[in-house]
Parts: sequence; C-alpha cells; structure tokens
Amino acid sequence: MTGYLFLAILVLSLIAFYTGRRTASQFVAAHRNDVHSRPIYHGAFAAVWVGLPALVLVLLWLLFQGSIIDRLLLASLPASLTEGASASRLSLYLSEIKNVASGRIFSEPSPEVSAAAERYQRWQMIAQWAMVVVALAVAALALYITRARMTARFRARQGFERTLDIVMILSAVAAVLVTIGIIISLTYEAIQFFRLVPPHEFFFGLNWEPQIAIREDQVAGTGAFGAVPVFTGTLLIATIALLVAVPIGLFSAIYLVEFANDRFRGIVKPILEILAGVPTVVYGFFAVLTVAPAIRQAGGLLGISISPNSALAAGGVMGIMIIPFISSLSDDALRAVPQSMRDGSFAMGATRAETITRVLLPAALPGIVGGILLAASRAIGETMIVVMAAGLTATLTANPLEGVTTVTVQIVTLLIGDTAFDNPKTLSAFALGLVLFVVTLCLNVLALRIVRRYREKYE
Amino acid sequence: MNMLTDAAVETALEGAPESKAAKMRGEKVNVFYGGKQALFDVSLDVGENQVTALIGPSGCGKSTFLRCLNRMNDTIDIARVTGKITLDDEDIYNPRIDVVELRARVGMVFQKPNPFPKSIYENVAYGPRIHGLASAKGDLDGIVETSLQKAGLFNEVKDRLHEPGTGLSGGQQQRLCIARAIAVSPEVILMDEPCSALDPIATARVEELIDELRENYTIVIVTHSMQQAARVSQRTAMFHLGNLVEEGPTDKMFTNPEDKRTQDYITGRFG
Repeated sequence: MTGYLFLAILVLSLIAFYTGRRTASQFVAAHRNDVHSRPIYHGAFAAVWVGLPALVLVLLWLLFQGSIIDRLLLASLPASLTEGASASRLSLYLSEIKNVASGRIFSEPSPEVSAAAERYQRWQMIAQWAMVVVALAVAALALYITRARMTARFRARQGFERTLDIVMILSAVAAVLVTIGIIISLTYEAIQFFRLVPPHEFFFGLNWEPQIAIREDQVAGTGAFGAVPVFTGTLLIATIALLVAVPIGLFSAIYLVEFANDRFRGIVKPILEILAGVPTVVYGFFAVLTVAPAIRQAGGLLGISISPNSALAAGGVMGIMIIPFISSLSDDALRAVPQSMRDGSFAMGATRAETITRVLLPAALPGIVGGILLAASRAIGETMIVVMAAGLTATLTANPLEGVTTVTVQIVTLLIGDTAFDNPKTLSAFALGLVLFVVTLCLNVLALRIVRRYREKYE
Repeated sequence: MNMLTDAAVETALEGAPESKAAKMRGEKVNVFYGGKQALFDVSLDVGENQVTALIGPSGCGKSTFLRCLNRMNDTIDIARVTGKITLDDEDIYNPRIDVVELRARVGMVFQKPNPFPKSIYENVAYGPRIHGLASAKGDLDGIVETSLQKAGLFNEVKDRLHEPGTGLSGGQQQRLCIARAIAVSPEVILMDEPCSALDPIATARVEELIDELRENYTIVIVTHSMQQAARVSQRTAMFHLGNLVEEGPTDKMFTNPEDKRTQDYITGRFG
C-alpha cells in the first residue's frame, strides 16, 4: 500500500515536471527574453514542490502512526487490565494484540484481547487510507498552487536552487547528527558504568577480569575492571603494526616516487592499494592460520616458547593491512614537493640519497606524519584481525611473543552472549568504546590538521 | 691534460681579470628529447671569468644548452646528449666523471627562486655539508657568512639567519640561491633566467651582483631581456630553433651583428 503511494507521488511529481516545463516553454514562445528562468527550472520547481511535501508528510505519518495507535489501543483496553500494570506488562499486551491481529495465535485469546485486535486492524486500515488521501491531496494542492504561481517573471530557478540547498544542508547535517547520537549513547552507558565502578579503578587498575555473573545461577569470577592491561595490549599491537608498516610504507613510497619508472609504478601502486581493500576477516585468517603458526615454529627452532595468540602475529598482519595508508599518503606528500627542490639539490651536487633525506623527507614530513597518525588510529580501532588472532586474557606485558588483548577484542567479547544493561560487565564495553572513540578521534583530528596545514604551504 | 687542468684552476683562483681562456667548451653538441632534436651541432666556448649571455626566442635551445653544462639534463629520463663538452679540457660526459663532483664545480641558479624549506643558514650550509667542506662548526659559520656576503645578502639577513628562507622576498630568495650556489666554491655558475621572476629593483640588484661575481667565477646566463644581456655580459651567443646563430663580443653583437636573424631579434622584429 505504502509502496503504491510512493509511486503515485512520484508520478504526480513527474506530471508536475512535464506540465511545468511545457507551460514555461509557452512563456518563452510568447515573451522571448522576458522569461526569468529556463523551462527546465520551472519543471524542476513544480516537481520538487509537488513531491517533497507529500513525501515528508508520508514519512512523518509512518513514523508516528505506530505509537499513536498503540496509545489508543492501551486507552481502549478495560481499566481492569491496565490498572497499575508495569510498562513491560503493557508492551506484552500490545504484542499479544498484534499477534492475534496478524493471525499468529498460540493459545485461545481472552475476549478483551480479541476485541482489541479487531479494533487494531480497523484503525490500522483507517490510518492507512487517511494517509493516502491526505498525501495525494497535499500533492494535488501543491500542483495547483505551483501552476497558479507560474508566470514569465516567476523566479523558478531561485526557488529550485533554494530547495536543493536545503536538501544538501540536511544531508550534511545527517552525518553530524549520527556522530552526536553515537557520542550520546556511548557517554550515557559509560556514565552508568562509572556509577558501578569508580573511574580511577577503571583507568588505573591493573587487573581486568570482567566476566562476572549476570544471573545468580551462573558461575563466574567476582570481576575486576582495571583497564590498563587492555590499553597496553592495544598499544603493544598497534606499535608492532606501525613498526612493520612505517618502514615498508615509507620506503615503498620513496621508491615509487623517486626511483621507479612509470611502468613499474603503474603496476605496483594499484596492487599496493588493493591491500587496503582486502576484507579484514581475510587478514584475520591469514594471521591465525599462516603467520601465527609460522612464528611459533620459528620460535620453536630457536628454543623460545611463543604463545599461539602472540601479539607479534596480530600486530604484524595488522601492519601489512595499514601499509597502504602510509605509502599512499607519503607518496602524495613526496609528490607534492616541487620539482624545483629536487633540481636545486641536484644542482648543488647532491646525490639522490642526500636529496631524499635532506630535502624531500623534511619537506614532506608533515604529510608523512599525518599518514602515520591516520594509520595508527586505524590500527587502534581495528577489530577483526585482533578478535581472530590476538588473545582474550588481559596480560600486562611488553613482550610481543605473549598473548595480549585489545580494547576492541574486549568490547566484542563483552557484548557477545548474555547482556544486561544494569551489569558492569556489559556496561564496561561502552566505557572502553568511549575511550577508543575519543583516542581515535583525537588522532584523526590531529592528523587531518597536520596534513591540511602542510597542503596550504605548497598549493 | 691534468697539468693543464690544475693550471686553469689556479688562474681561476687568482682571479686574473683579463684571462680569456675557454673555461668550458662545447663541440658539436646535439640534444634529443625522445625523438625530438632540441639542439643541432652547437659549438660554443665559455670564456673564463666572463659573463656569457645566451639569448634567443623561447624554445630556441638556450636553456637546454645551459643544462648540458652541468648535466642537469641527466635528471630527465628521455634526454640524450651527443657531442663533447669539456670543463678545463676534461670531457664532462666521460663515464669516469662523477656527476656529483661536476655539479659541485658547475653550480646553477634557476629561473624561479627555489630555496629549500629550511632556515636561511641551512640553505647556504646545505652544499658545504653534503660535500664535507667544513670540518668544524666554526668553519661552516664562516662559509655561510662569506657566501651571503658575496651574494650581497648578509646585511639584510644577519639577524634572522635561523628563520625560514622561504619567508624572504623574491629578490632576496634569488640572492639566497646564489649564495647557496657560491657556498660550495664552484668554478662556473649557470643562471637560467635568474631575474625573470623578480621586480626591476631586485633585478638591478642581482645584475650588479653578477657583475661583481665575474671577478671570481665564470658565469653563463640565459636571459630573455636584451638590455640585461647588454648590461651584464661580455660575450653573447644567439640561438634560434636549436642552432647557434652567432656568437661574439656583446658590444659587437648589439651594434653590428653579422646575421640578419640576430639583428631582427635584438631590434625586436621577432621573438
């Protein structure tokens, strides 16, 4: 039903476009140069004003219809049922009514419920038809009004462009609103957590054992929420990743910009960038099935015992994943250094190596640092590889051969299985998430700021 | 051969003003960019402690010839040079010659000032540092100061040696680039339209400087300005379509040229 309505609005809008354009063409024929806007703008203006209000109306209607009908339903129930019932009890009634109305009957419903289900079906029908009628009426009215307003001097282009402006502003704001929503929901739950666990214990405690019982009958530890080992684990894995990615990324960028011929660069650069497109799950396989056993074996040969979930395996594979960030941003930064700098250095009798280390790298440094920071923020927030390849126990260690856990791994494991939002186990995931969000946000802002300042310098 | 080289260097150091021996010599130089030939059999001598001006309309090959003199064309992949170019009678395209060493002896100043994004001090110290010319920190300070003095920039920047060189005005930047080139004590300085990005006052200042530098250095300058060629050079070479049209003392070139094309060009009939 709703689908047909959308189709109808679209058709009306199209009609408005073609008739609007035709009307305007007649103005052009009649008045020549006196017509303000070109016919296509008249058409677009009419189409937008016929389509948009009706569409917005339908969307709002759909948004509120459900809750209004629910409220009416509850009000219509006999007072004996609703008197003093809890909110969850009421929502249980509602879902029972809806089940009966849609024919999913598990047991013989009580007469009150059957009656309510009937009412529900009837109201639903009325609401839907009312929506169709109102929406089409709005569209038709808009069509009439826009036709009436159309004259040769009518500023259709301004009208249409203003509408487009509003649409673009709304799109831009949408992303910001979503971000704010994320922050609010994270902060809200994190505050709940900090009511149960004091912040100093979370930020400075050295013991992380969050798997506590959610129901009384579960057997579990008493719980400890000192997040320091989780933070250091993240830091250790991210550091290993950067130790792998920075030299490889930087050297490959230098080679591609300064030494490689066009053909080689044309082949290698896209391949390097494919690395960024490999799903992280696939990197996870690679880490668990290939890299970790290889590292263990190598350790065995040397007589070192290495944990199967070593930070080295997870960090190393993550490093490979972030190589493209560093190489491609460093590549851009080096390429942006003007040729005259290279000429100036070569003309002084500098070798290629001297030119690169003393002139090009210092000049490109801000861009390179920006790339490294973006890669670092990516490494800290990366989840899939570490979930698969890093460990689950929070060990406070700087030894890359031991298993460590990361913030993202903990968030995943805390939210899998039984969850209850009055329990510190579940809530601690949000506190961790908030910390993660703040840290990566700061890194990103810093990186973008550095990159931008650097761009201004040359362009 | 080597003795001759040493002798030539010595005269250069003593700065004999009237010595007109050829410091650099090009013989039948051809340059190709890919399949396109940019220079045709150019033979031209560059006199020691003189300013040689290369003039001619755009695309005539004068910059190409200049860039052959310190093998800057090597940095262009598709460029190919044939013929012979000598510095103190030594073939600079001989495989035994190290291009790094050559460029330390034949410095270059570019059309657009291109100071490195470093401090004024570091810009000038760049060459001495990479060539290991200063053993102690004090030596480096001395080289930087004399170079800036020779380039006529020292008094303007002595209080802000550690501020970025890119913060100077265009004319100051160009003199900084000249100081940078001087700092490695080259024998020849090549200048590729060094004043084309400068205003008239800065241009006058740089021209004055070129005249002073002639005492100690051999200078080759590419210029689009006839007046500039007349003011600063002792010899002038006229290029056209990749050919050397005519070459001779600047006075004679501007008063009584032999070739009709030279006459047309300097009187502004074409170019």
